[in-house]
Amino acid sequence: MLSDSDRIFTNLYGFESAGLEAAKKRGNWDGTKAILERGVDSIIDTMKKSGLRGRGGAGFPTGLKWSFMPKEVKERPHYLVVNADESEPGTCKDRDILRHDPHTLVEGCLIASFAMRAHVAYIYVRGEFIREREALQRAVDEAYAAKLIGKDNIHGWDFDLYVHHGAGAYICGEETALLESLEGKKGQPRLKPPFPANMGLYGCPTTVNNVESIAVAPTILRRGAEWFAGIGRPNNTGTKVFCISGHVNRPCNVEEAMGIPLKELIEKHAGGVRGGWDNLLAIIPGGASVPLLPKSICDTVLMDFDSLKNVQSGLGTAAVIVMDKSTDVVKAIQRLSYFYKHESCGQCTPCREGTGWMWRVMTRMVKGNAKPEEIDLLLDVTKQVEGHTICALGDAAAWPIQGLIRHFRPELERRIAEYHAMARAAE
Amino acid sequence: MSVRRLHEIQPESFAFSEANLARVQEWMAKFPEGRQRSAVIAALWIGQEQEGWVTKPMVEEVGRLLDMPYIRVLEVATFYTMFYLAPVGKHHLQVCTTTPCWLRGSDEVVKACKKHIHDKPHTVSADGQFSWEEMECLGACVNAPMMLIDKDPYEDLTGDKVVEIIEALRRGESPKTGSQIDRHTSEPVGGRTTLTKEEA
Amino acid sequence: MARKLIIDGKEIEAEDTLTLLQACEQAGAEIPRFCYHERLSVAGNCRMCMVEWVGAPKPQVSCSLQVKDIFPNKDGTPAKINTNSPVAKKAREGVMEFLLINHPLDCPICDQGGECDLQDQAMGYGRANFHRFHENKRAVEDKYMGPLIKTAMNRCIQCTRCVRFATEVAGVPDLGATGRGEDMEITTYLEKAFSSELSGNVVDLCPVGALTSKPYSYNARPWELKHTESIDIMDAQGCNTRIDTRGRSVLRVLPRLNEEINEEWLHDKGRHIWDGLGRQRLDRPYVRKNGKLQAASWHDAFALIAAKAKATKPERMAAIVGDLAAAEEIKALKDLMTSLGVINLDCRQEGATLGGARPSYLFNTSIAGVEAADALLLIGCNPRWEAPVLNARIRKTWLAGALQVANLGLAVDLTYPAAELGTDIATLEALADGSHPFAEVLRNAKRPMLILGTGALARKDGAAVLYRAAKIARETGMIGPAGTAAEGGWNGFNVLHTAASRVAALDLGFVPGPEGRDVTGIIDGAQKGEIDFIYLLGADELPLETMGRPFVVYQGSHGDAGASYADVILPGSAFSEKDGLFANFEGRVQEAPRAVFPPGEAKEDWAILRALSEELKHPLPYDTLEALRRVLVAELPQYGALGTLPRHEGADPALWGALGAEGPLAIDVPLAAAIGDYYLTNAIARASLVMADCSRILLHDGQTKMAAE
Repeated sequence: MLSDSDRIFTNLYGFESAGLEAAKKRGNWDGTKAILERGVDSIIDTMKKSGLRGRGGAGFPTGLKWSFMPKEVKERPHYLVVNADESEPGTCKDRDILRHDPHTLVEGCLIASFAMRAHVAYIYVRGEFIREREALQRAVDEAYAAKLIGKDNIHGWDFDLYVHHGAGAYICGEETALLESLEGKKGQPRLKPPFPANMGLYGCPTTVNNVESIAVAPTILRRGAEWFAGIGRPNNTGTKVFCISGHVNRPCNVEEAMGIPLKELIEKHAGGVRGGWDNLLAIIPGGASVPLLPKSICDTVLMDFDSLKNVQSGLGTAAVIVMDKSTDVVKAIQRLSYFYKHESCGQCTPCREGTGWMWRVMTRMVKGNAKPEEIDLLLDVTKQVEGHTICALGDAAAWPIQGLIRHFRPELERRIAEYHAMARAAE
Repeated sequence: MSVRRLHEIQPESFAFSEANLARVQEWMAKFPEGRQRSAVIAALWIGQEQEGWVTKPMVEEVGRLLDMPYIRVLEVATFYTMFYLAPVGKHHLQVCTTTPCWLRGSDEVVKACKKHIHDKPHTVSADGQFSWEEMECLGACVNAPMMLIDKDPYEDLTGDKVVEIIEALRRGESPKTGSQIDRHTSEPVGGRTTLTKEEA
Repeated sequence: MARKLIIDGKEIEAEDTLTLLQACEQAGAEIPRFCYHERLSVAGNCRMCMVEWVGAPKPQVSCSLQVKDIFPNKDGTPAKINTNSPVAKKAREGVMEFLLINHPLDCPICDQGGECDLQDQAMGYGRANFHRFHENKRAVEDKYMGPLIKTAMNRCIQCTRCVRFATEVAGVPDLGATGRGEDMEITTYLEKAFSSELSGNVVDLCPVGALTSKPYSYNARPWELKHTESIDIMDAQGCNTRIDTRGRSVLRVLPRLNEEINEEWLHDKGRHIWDGLGRQRLDRPYVRKNGKLQAASWHDAFALIAAKAKATKPERMAAIVGDLAAAEEIKALKDLMTSLGVINLDCRQEGATLGGARPSYLFNTSIAGVEAADALLLIGCNPRWEAPVLNARIRKTWLAGALQVANLGLAVDLTYPAAELGTDIATLEALADGSHPFAEVLRNAKRPMLILGTGALARKDGAAVLYRAAKIARETGMIGPAGTAAEGGWNGFNVLHTAASRVAALDLGFVPGPEGRDVTGIIDGAQKGEIDFIYLLGADELPLETMGRPFVVYQGSHGDAGASYADVILPGSAFSEKDGLFANFEGRVQEAPRAVFPPGEAKEDWAILRALSEELKHPLPYDTLEALRRVLVAELPQYGALGTLPRHEGADPALWGALGAEGPLAIDVPLAAAIGDYYLTNAIARASLVMADCSRILLHDGQTKMAAE
């Protein structure tokens, strides 16, 4: 188990003050100027060597992403945009960083902006996080007042940081939809290429990073790439904030080492599955978008990008949704199908039409009001959506259903048979 | 998501209060010159705080302030579901019913709302005090089930707890926000397993 | 830079500025699409154009992927693209199915039937006999978009072509997509009419039957219609059109592609006046007896004219050509009047002081040439109303780069920003003497241009205005080297005519001879009793109520202002009912051929004049239209070179130094608009109920929705 001394978010639960003084005592803003003085190349090099992979779900190497920004600032300014539109069902890790450890993020914004030659950064907080946004704004105001950021700050890199917010649209967590939203439009994802590093906010070079990815950067740079890379497994390094929800005895957020066994994570921190491990039915290991895993896989799987990919799921946002044997697993996935239908931006055909279709078939599947061959129809529809859309929401809507059919087809068949038997009996 | 339209009955006019206009202008100043429309969500939000919901004259006033065609403001107002296009109660309960909350009993929360506010969502209770709606994941899954009332989250709910909160609000009290059980925030229910050193 | 690609097994070199879709077409592959349109921004939302890039994890949307982003294979061989492989086919079939699941099966009652992209592509790219959608179809409320666009929103496939057209091309951001997900709706702002003069184009752009033509609704099926390629004469741009007819009726007018003139757009008046072609028609001759117009035979009508002409001295006679006349009848009238010795001739109904050397009254930059301009001065003109499709080209130029526009005249929403210089004509003086700040902009521009509207020329100081405009043109470098912009030449001096007949009439010299009277002189003369006989060839835009009681012959197609003052009415043909040549404001001559026959006893106009000349004992020297055209071409060779643009011959000081007259400007008279109501500028438009609706709803009271339904 990770020791407390290796935890980055030492005020994750907010038992201490989120204010600047307390944050400094926890080690934030320590030697920030010296970090900047190492220079852009050294910072990016450290980030690369740390092995940090983006914490927003896709797991793209953060240092590499930073290096995509143009080497020189020409007529177009550079921007850092932080994605705090945390909306993936099951996920509530950034929320704790925003409200309890905001200075990790503010400091990270300064360093990351410096590394990508940006003088302005925006943090896009989901609309529903009202108190969280207020807490973050307080931290930003404190940092301005202490001249940690702003014009002529003590770090020698002019830097303005603005807190922006959304108003209820999951899709704005997609980086280009977020940029559209930030520009005052509907949050509809853009076609890529061009990628944000070339044409991002206001057509300028932009990097969009998840809150956690930015917030861990200062500690990585203070303690060194080797320290971070030494935690977890190769290609899956460092610490990670996990969210454990659903049918566990003690739901919680917890910062742990990447690669921790799923079972250990649940038993150590979340008090185990309700009714014991043997009462486990299935787990969605990385937020709503990733396919669920049946108990047999959960017994042994490790919580990191590659391990979960190997079992046809994903680490996603590391949000673990636990379902015990009392769960109507079809209904659980049907509710997610509704979620994706509700959150589809409507821009491209497969997602706009497919999410509604999938949800309607899933709704019938809950009762078994379907023909047996409709299971394959549903699977085929998910394949017609997957990989054919502008952004990843189409994939995200398809995968949970694919996971359900992959692991629980007999359950679907049973319901259909039962429904038709009941109908015949009623006749 | 269903079809979102502006309400049939609309007020004659809308104007930002002096303080709110200043807030909108502050938002506009956060963006580069000529990019003032970036403030559209904030402007509608502030307008909604002032009026309780987003009205047609508000859409138009925001369009004028930010130099946006009305249709572009309308697109934004109808795209983002936190904009209420019809009046809501003095307290609006947003109940998360997505899978993580559903697994832990959000049905009970909905049931309480139906019984103690109104059978239908988006409908103001007889006393004008309350309205409620189902929301998609509100991002507090380890404190499920939960809801947002106005600006504050109420977490680790039960049906009974929801009734208590509604009744307290009805009496004009300010019930405790956050977790409704013996729990600080998102740490494991019953006590921390990490970060256990004594608080400074 | 070009890049090698192997498309369907065929190796091609494609420029890396192309999209993959364009490269595929270059390789001869056909790529289906709904949202993609050459003249709109790329939305990439329909997903119909997906192709396989061998080795890529998923199919690629070809409309948005640029060739430069298609890197070669690791071994250096060109990337392989398949447009018809199982992967591509499956992707397309999936999209087609998604588009159809919520599309109603109402093709039999849909006006788009027979010319529907969705119908065609479902046949070409859908799965045959395949149906597995068992849910309810989506129902979408229809929207109000004004008097021209009928909506059936159940059919909408959310391609957003209409929204992009309104925002990008028309520059009138009235359309949008509200809501999200499967509930996204295309709409105007709260049931407001789409208030663009180019609105009808969204009907053409809509790939399904969601937006159809309201006036045309349920009138015909496309396969019943005969198509005639024609020219629009509702303004002077000469937009290329196709007139669709059934029997003797014109049922609709559609734009035809011409990159140099109208690209593929048509303005609403050109598109929708067709009901006016069948209303208020003069379908037989009339003569006035006892103060009342009574039906008469051609013979009696001609006899009356002949008697009157014989009794009238030529100097007491006059002829005026209206706005819709074809070159042939102008030529015939000119020849007839000249043979009678009549010198009081004019075609400039509005009174613009134009004539003389051809470039002095043309739009010399050319329509396509506008795209090369970087500074534009508008003088007394509103191109949005006077030539909406030209205005879209100006907007396109502004969107593409650094076109700076200044507007000396009434401030209107041009759809692009312009420095408003006001209506004070004194400002023209400041521009001419170089002291005005915008003169500096023009001087610094690489290719400056000005557009002189008839609103600035139809003034008592019109010649002085022309003089100063020419001076600005000379002194800010508008009169550049010979040739087109593409050849390195430049001519930024432009006159914007609003009447389709005007350039041909000026070409033919239908202006007063020495000592002759112009329009004002003719009307004044009639009032004073100095003019006894006036021949109006479709001239309706005159202050006829002030002219006293001369003997008036009105030859034309519609019972409008001119006919009501006539003593004899000779029923002519509308442009759709005769073969006619028209020169547009660029000076480009095009033919509008006959699409239908004229009604009743109405005749082709040149033939009426030929017959009348016989009666007047001054027979015209041509018996056929071909003979007339031979004479016309002998006089004006450009009328034999249809479709070609006149060549700019360079800065000839003799020509450009002699325009207008140096007199004082009428400082007390502000610049006024040339057109009071876009929808009602001529007799055909005024006969159209559709145009009347447009005028009422769009210009006079945007809220009279019920009355229009």
